Amino acid sequence: MPWTRRHLLTLEELTVTEIDQIHHTAAAFKKILKRSVKKVPALRGKTIVNLFLEPSTRTRMAFDMAAKRLSADVIAFDGASSSTTKGETLRDTAENIAALGADMIVIRHAAAGSPLYLSNILNIPVINAGDGSHEHPTQGLLDTFTMRERLGHDLRGKKVVILGDILFSRVARSNIHALVKLGAAVTLVGPSTLVPREFEPLGVTVSHDLRRALADAEVVMLLRIQHERQTAAMFPSLGEYTSLFGLNKTRAGWLAPEAIIMHPGPINRGVEIDSELADGERSVILDQVTNGIAVRMAVLYLCSGGQPENVVAAD
Amino acid sequence: MPSLWIQNARVIDPASKRDSVGDLFVKNGKIVASLSAADKKSARKIDAEGLVACPGLVDIHVHFREPGQMHKETIETGSRAAAAGGFTTVVCMPNTSPVADTAGTIQLIKDSIARTACIKVHQTGCITVGMKGQALAPIGSLARAGVVAITDDGDCVQSNELMRRACEYAKMFDLPLMDHCQDHSMTVGAVMNEGVMSTKLGLRGWPNAAEDIIVSRNVILATYTGARIHMQHISSRNSVEILRRAKSRGVSVTAEATPHHIALTDDQLATYDTHFKMNPPLRTEEDRLAIIEGLKDGTIDIIATDHAPHTDYEKDKEFDYAPNGILGLETALAVTLDVLVKQNKFKLTTVVDLMTRKPAAIVGLDVGTLAEGAAADICLFDPNEKWTYDAKAGFSKSANSPWHGKELKGRVKTTIVDGKIVYDGKTIR
Repeated sequence: MPWTRRHLLTLEELTVTEIDQIHHTAAAFKKILKRSVKKVPALRGKTIVNLFLEPSTRTRMAFDMAAKRLSADVIAFDGASSSTTKGETLRDTAENIAALGADMIVIRHAAAGSPLYLSNILNIPVINAGDGSHEHPTQGLLDTFTMRERLGHDLRGKKVVILGDILFSRVARSNIHALVKLGAAVTLVGPSTLVPREFEPLGVTVSHDLRRALADAEVVMLLRIQHERQTAAMFPSLGEYTSLFGLNKTRAGWLAPEAIIMHPGPINRGVEIDSELADGERSVILDQVTNGIAVRMAVLYLCSGGQPENVVAAD
Repeated sequence: MPSLWIQNARVIDPASKRDSVGDLFVKNGKIVASLSAADKKSARKIDAEGLVACPGLVDIHVHFREPGQMHKETIETGSRAAAAGGFTTVVCMPNTSPVADTAGTIQLIKDSIARTACIKVHQTGCITVGMKGQALAPIGSLARAGVVAITDDGDCVQSNELMRRACEYAKMFDLPLMDHCQDHSMTVGAVMNEGVMSTKLGLRGWPNAAEDIIVSRNVILATYTGARIHMQHISSRNSVEILRRAKSRGVSVTAEATPHHIALTDDQLATYDTHFKMNPPLRTEEDRLAIIEGLKDGTIDIIATDHAPHTDYEKDKEFDYAPNGILGLETALAVTLDVLVKQNKFKLTTVVDLMTRKPAAIVGLDVGTLAEGAAADICLFDPNEKWTYDAKAGFSKSANSPWHGKELKGRVKTTIVDGKIVYDGKTIR
C-alpha cells in the first residue's frame, strides 16, 4: 500500500499499516546511519523549518539531525527570539514561513491542537513534534520501534507499563494510541492525581498499585514529573513520589526477566528512576535516542512524498 | 405611528394564558383588545397565517462590548442582532472596558442606548470595584443609575465574605445578584470540561465540581441573607440537582441555561474548533440532559444566550489562547425550539415562557406579555421555516458562532418594539 499521508499530527489517527510502514522505513534508515557516510540525498533541495515555540533540546536536535541526514536544508525558528513574542499570531507566522518557500514545518508548541490548526492553514506538510499535553507522535513511534527491536515485531499481548505523570504527558498519549493499536496490554501507573480513570476509555488499565502492575511486565516506560506543567500540588513531594513510585532495584526485580526500561528523557535521576538502573543493562534509554533519528528520518521522508519501498533501494 | 393589525397568528402569551389562533391589535405602542372600525381601516395589516405571535423575546445575559471593545460589538450592532433574533429586551453584562462599576459609566452606556439601540437595552453593574473581587462597587449609586442587577459575570466573586455582604447590601435596593459560578482555584488554566474528552485532547479541564461548589455557596448565602441570586449559564448536572433541592425549600435562587449548553456537548471539541470554546464549557451528554430536565421541571427558570461576540482574528488561534464565548442572539430561538420542542417535546408555550415573561421577571422588567395595555413588544416567527444561518451576513459585528453554515428550523419574521416594526425578516429599521 502506498503512503499517502502528508501530515503527521497524531498517532490516534494512524493505522497499524502506517505505523508498520514508518517502522519499516526507519529500519532501513537505521542501517544507513551505521555507515561511514550517513547522508542520503532523499530530501536534497527541500527546506524544513523547525518551528519550536516551546523549549526542547533532544527532540529538536533529533529532528535537525534527521533532516540533515536526508540532505534537507534546515531552518530553526525559535519562539523566544521570534516575532511571536512581538504579538504575531501563529497563523501569520506560519503563512510567512510558507511564503518564504519552506517545504515542511516541524512544530513544537505548548498549545494542544496547534499542529492540526496549522495543517488546516498550510499547504505544506506539518509534523507534530509535541503539542502541549496532547501528543508527541514521533516519540510514540520511536518508542514502539525500540520495543519491537527488543521484544520482536509482534507486540500483541506484551505487557507494557507506563509509569509517572500521565495526565500532562503527550508522550504517554502517543504511546497509548500506538500500543493499543499494536495490541499491547497497557497499564498506566502513578499517583491517582496524575493517572485519572478518564484514561481507561482509550483502551488501557489504570492502576495505583505499582507491585501488581510491574509483575511480569516486559516494558516499563518511565515519565518525568513535569513540574513546569503542574499548576497545583498534585502530590506532596518529589520524595514521597520516589518512595511510592520511583523505580529502584527491588521494584525492577518484579519485572519479567528480559524486561526493558525506557524513558523519553530528560531523566531526573533519583526521582523517577535510580541512577544505577538508568545506566543498567535493561535500560534502552540511549537506544531510544538513536532510534529517534531513524524514525524521524522516516517520517520526514514519507510525509514529503517518499515511499517505503524506495528506501531499501537507496541502501 | 399607524396601528397594527396582526392577522391569523397563533398568539402565545403565557402571562395571560393565551394560546389560540387569532388577531393581535396594537395602538399607540400598546397591545389593545381591538381596534375601532376607523383604526382598522388605517391600520397596517400583517398577514401572520402560519406564524406564531409571542411577546418579544427577553435575554438577560448579553455582551454588547460597549464601551471599550467596540471592535467586537456595539450597542447598535448588538441590538440589531437581537432584533433579528426576535428579542425586544436584553440585559448587558458589565465586563466592558472600563467595567461598569460606576454611575458615570452606566450613564455613558445609557446615553449610547438612547442614541443607537433599536430595542430595549438594559444594563447591569458590577458587584465589586473593577470586577476584581476585592471591594464592593458603589451598588447604591449603580441602582440609582438604573442597573437592573449586579454581577461580576466572567469573574465569579471568590470571597464568600464579600459575596455575603454584597447579598445583604443589594437586598436593600431589591437588586438581584447574578453569578457566574466558578471556583477559580479549581480551574487554573482550564479551557474545557474536565473528563474523557479533555484527557484525550490534552487540554486542561474544568470540573463540574468547580461550578457545583459556587452554586452551593450561593444557595447557602441566599438562604442566609434572603437576597435573590441568579445563577448564570448552569452547565453541570449536579448544580441542577443542588438548585432543585434549594427551590423545593423555597430559597430565593433562579437559574438560566444557554442554547449551546442544551444543544451541544464537549464531543464537539475533537478538532479543537474554538467556536465551541466558551465558559462555562460544553459538558457531557449527561449534563446536557440534566439541564433540559431542569428546564422541564422549572429548576432552571429561563433561557439566556450569553451572546459573546469576538472578532475572527481573536477566535482564530490555538485553542488555549482563543477567548471564551460565542454569538447567541440570532440563533437562540431556532436552536431552543429544536432542542426543547422537537427533541424533548416541550410545549411551545413553555419555551416562549422561558424566553419572555420569566427572564423579565427575574430582573423586574415590566415586559414579556401580550396582555392588554402592555407595551407592544412582539415577535412573529415561523416555527417550521428552514434556513441556513450565515453568521458573516448576520447583524452582529462578529461571526463567532458554531451554527455558522448550519441549517436551522424556526425563523423570526418580524420584531416589533413598542408598536414599531424594527425587523421585517430582512432589514432593521
